[in-house]
Amino acid sequence: MVNLTINGQKVSVEPGTTVLEAAKKLNINIPTLCNHPDLCVAGNCRVCVVEQEGARTLIASCATPVSEGMKIQTNSLKVRNARKHIVELLLSEHRSDCTKCYKNQKCELQALANEFAFGESIFLDLVEDHPYTIDRSSPSFIKDDSKCIRCQRCVRTCSELQFISAVAVANKGKHQKISSFHDKPMSHVVCTNCGQCVNRCPTGALVEKTYIDYVWDAIYDPEKHVVVQTAPAVRVALGEDLGYDPGERVTGKLITALRQLGFDSVLDTDFTADLTIMEEGTELLTRLKKILVEGDKKTKLPMFTSCSPGWIKFIEHKYPEFLPNLSTCKSPQQMFGALVKTYYAQKRKLDPAKVVSVSIMPCTAKKYEADRPEMRASGYKDVDYVLTTRELAIMIKQAGIDFRALEPSHYDSIMGESTGAAVIFGATGGVMEAALRTAYEIVTGREVPFKNLNITPVRGLEGVKEASVKIEGCLNEWKFLEGIELRVAVAHGLANANRLMRKLRKGEADYHFIEIMACPGGCIGGGGQPIPTNEEIRKKRVAAIYEEDEHMIFRKSHENPEIIGVYKEFLGKPNSHKAHELLHTHYTERESY
Amino acid sequence: MAETGLNKVDLIFEQVNPKDVLKKAYEMTSEEIIKEILESGLKGRGGAGFPTGLKWKYTAAEKDPEKYVVCNADEGEPGTFKDREILDRVAYKVYCGMAIAGLAIGAKQGYVYLRGEYKFLLPKLLKELESFHKILAETGYDFRITYRLGSGAYICGEESALFESIQGERGEPRNKPPYPTVSGLFFKPTVINNVETLVTAMMIIHHGAEAYRKLGTKDSRGSKVFSVSGDTPIPGIYELELGMTVQQFVNEFGDGDTKAVQVGGASGFCVPRKRFADTIIGFEGVPTGGSMKLFNSSRSMYNVLHNYLEFFTEESCGQCTPCRVGCQQLLKGIEKVKKGEVKSSYLNELMKLADTMKLASKCGLGQSVGNAFKTIVENFREEIIY
Amino acid sequence: MYNVGNLVKELAEKHGRRRDSLIPILQGIVEKHNYLTDEAMVEVAKELDISAAEVYGTASFYSFLDTEPRGKYVIRVCKTITCMMKGKNDILQTLEDMLKIKIGETTPDRMFTLLETNCIGWCHKAPAMLINEIPYTELTPEKVVEILKSYMKK
Repeated sequence: MVNLTINGQKVSVEPGTTVLEAAKKLNINIPTLCNHPDLCVAGNCRVCVVEQEGARTLIASCATPVSEGMKIQTNSLKVRNARKHIVELLLSEHRSDCTKCYKNQKCELQALANEFAFGESIFLDLVEDHPYTIDRSSPSFIKDDSKCIRCQRCVRTCSELQFISAVAVANKGKHQKISSFHDKPMSHVVCTNCGQCVNRCPTGALVEKTYIDYVWDAIYDPEKHVVVQTAPAVRVALGEDLGYDPGERVTGKLITALRQLGFDSVLDTDFTADLTIMEEGTELLTRLKKILVEGDKKTKLPMFTSCSPGWIKFIEHKYPEFLPNLSTCKSPQQMFGALVKTYYAQKRKLDPAKVVSVSIMPCTAKKYEADRPEMRASGYKDVDYVLTTRELAIMIKQAGIDFRALEPSHYDSIMGESTGAAVIFGATGGVMEAALRTAYEIVTGREVPFKNLNITPVRGLEGVKEASVKIEGCLNEWKFLEGIELRVAVAHGLANANRLMRKLRKGEADYHFIEIMACPGGCIGGGGQPIPTNEEIRKKRVAAIYEEDEHMIFRKSHENPEIIGVYKEFLGKPNSHKAHELLHTHYTERESY
Repeated sequence: MAETGLNKVDLIFEQVNPKDVLKKAYEMTSEEIIKEILESGLKGRGGAGFPTGLKWKYTAAEKDPEKYVVCNADEGEPGTFKDREILDRVAYKVYCGMAIAGLAIGAKQGYVYLRGEYKFLLPKLLKELESFHKILAETGYDFRITYRLGSGAYICGEESALFESIQGERGEPRNKPPYPTVSGLFFKPTVINNVETLVTAMMIIHHGAEAYRKLGTKDSRGSKVFSVSGDTPIPGIYELELGMTVQQFVNEFGDGDTKAVQVGGASGFCVPRKRFADTIIGFEGVPTGGSMKLFNSSRSMYNVLHNYLEFFTEESCGQCTPCRVGCQQLLKGIEKVKKGEVKSSYLNELMKLADTMKLASKCGLGQSVGNAFKTIVENFREEIIY
Repeated sequence: MYNVGNLVKELAEKHGRRRDSLIPILQGIVEKHNYLTDEAMVEVAKELDISAAEVYGTASFYSFLDTEPRGKYVIRVCKTITCMMKGKNDILQTLEDMLKIKIGETTPDRMFTLLETNCIGWCHKAPAMLINEIPYTELTPEKVVEILKSYMKK
């Protein structure tokens, strides 16, 4: 252990601990900006400087490991003056139109300004000296360089967590900036729209593109029937933006709130998550059959899940040779959209042209997905507007709803019923677990051989997880699978996905089925989720997801009565012609920059 | 130079037989080499002035089998051109110094990071390197030197930025600790020395620490190569014993009308005429990596400072707030003061900002911008304002 | 037009495909073709298996790794203190007049690009400039005319 004193208080910490962490142990708060628990240390904003006795300069507490006998002052006059100057300097380069800013009152720079730099500015305004640009080219987010404080959280996120590096630091000195490849529009580069950078940006430099006003317009349009779907991960995180602790499940209140906002029908993406399992599970079994029985060379394994639009764009850019391995299933959001303007409209006797389909997603990439030209199978734009969890929280506040006081209620029908298998889609490993619960039972007629249906090897936040299930006692139709060891893998966060994909490319890995989610932790850690998101919070949201699963009546997708209904009344059977038309899609190879 | 009291030295450019020096070094243990360098009192000649022997000692103490010797030939400080001259005239001595450092710390690989502006020298330097590698081969010493070229970035003279640059990254300085002696090039223990330091170390082995210690003062042992430019009738390279005052220097190099000397380049200190007599050039007074620039009374110190600040505004790597934004503020600030668009008392705020930059910047560049700013504004305030 | 893919492969064979090969490869491209085209940077990114934005980000840090079109001869006039004191502006003026371009521009025939640069280490022989890697020192307007003429003849 290393002994040091901070503000006169003694503390002992493990070697390698930073001064910042040691101070935290003493409940001494040191302000930070570039620091983020998910990312490597940068030490570039200098807001966290502290005074070390005997040192020539101040030291960055986030980047300095403790040493024996160190004496630290976190609040000396020198520190205060420097910190004030640093915040003032950041403000001088930053367009401070705070009251109009999307991040007003959620901005970390604003919070620091409030503490250290209130009153008249000390320094000259430098904003006019910079040719700042605002990039609105992505349907998912806006990159506004005039709000950027060069903390490089986005750059580190994109490289460390996602291994894309769609943005990097460019130029130097005064001209240093965060840039895509040669300043190309974000819509033209490898960016997957995952929004992990948006989730970590301390200011308004990276924010989701909001569609709140379009949704209000639709709601107030008497001609329109506005349907809303909610993704599984929203219900375990929305509370954080409305005053609840991380990990609180607010499903029932969420439904009531949506109804109070004025949506005509409050439905559940979980319904199409169950549908995805039916379609994707069948697709997997068909692929296995084609390869094992028919010896088909064109069919590819392993099959990859296709629910995560960030992952889809990643593979289109970076591993196009594996596109035939992607399940052709649309994501639950898009299956839902396609059915809303066909099946749902028919059942409810509505003109699909007058149905507006809105989705609440933990995700910014879903905005991009809804905009893809392939996503118009209903003859209309299948999903009209995608809002993030954060945007929904804003709407709830705008409407003056006292969220805590709401009575919980249930989803409407049809397309509101779901199972525990669907809700776990929100956590990494969930799609795999849901698929195994159903596929195993289709093939053997028995439940998966895991206690209480909980397939624990695919759960948890380890980057890449592997599992195998031996298939025994097959029903007659599936005898060709008898004795096969079904090998599966699960990865979350695109850096982990990339690790797995490199192995596959080199032929060093061999699986039948792989689940990949673009965001760390899966959708619960999505780019559209409440800020902050970090490992501790992800763990709590994951725990809530599995709690939700345990509380469901049905826990296997094929048991969802509405799923049985939609096949009977509308789709026929899984992978039918109609199902293919509405629920499946194709992919496009994209440039590698 | 007798009348000015300056003592010219011929150590750096003295021709020696590298084989003899190498042979002498082979016969010494690592500890003996380091002891000799420590005893000589040699401090780094690039500007920062860290004791060379300590650097070698710390790196030698690291257990890692993979270590590096890096020669910092990214001489970019405005007013410095001595390293180019040294490489041009006695590159073999630089290589020899690197090989000796390799012996001392147990490294088998050396890199020379040569600034891109000196690319024209490279063919000649490589040819000489080939001959040196032959000498090494003959003596059976396993050490190889590789060249890496810079590409126009002053900050790459900062040691950790230089490592980043060799590693193929943007030349952004790292957080310290860890220091290069523990985690340097490719995150391995590394000795990084300036061109002149390596040659001096080699000559200390050649002549012995005792002889070297006789030159200079207690805090500034030995001699140093100075790059003299500006308002002087005799600009050029001069190797002088340390310990002289600025007055002595001006007597020798001035044009009779010197009003200020910028010691240590843009990141160094401005010494005004009234301080010439009591300012020693060296670690006890104003340290320098060699840049000595003279200004006569025809020069506007506003223009001088403006030029320096433009330089830093462009050459800061841009990663840390105090340096990236601070440089812009200092520059814009003096422009506005000059134009009368802000009160002259705003200079006081800028002086405090210069202190913050010194205290809170991530690396030596940002920490030293305030040197020139403060010493020029303190001594030539009227020239900045009017 | 040159085949950028072949050149990048050739340079990667020579310098390796590690991250620390990046700058020597970029320098090699600039040496042959004056600046880095988008296509060249994308090729380098593929060859080294890094992102194109990182290649651009790294290149744009270094003033000699130009990512904007440059002429065959890039003239860099030193603008730092001593060269400024010793008449760099006259030198620039002479170059601008002769080439009929401003700082930052390239002649229409793509032969010359005129730039300023920070200290190039010739303060004792100021003013100074580089044409590609060759330094020219103790410049006078007359001398500059002669130097430029010799390049125009090439």
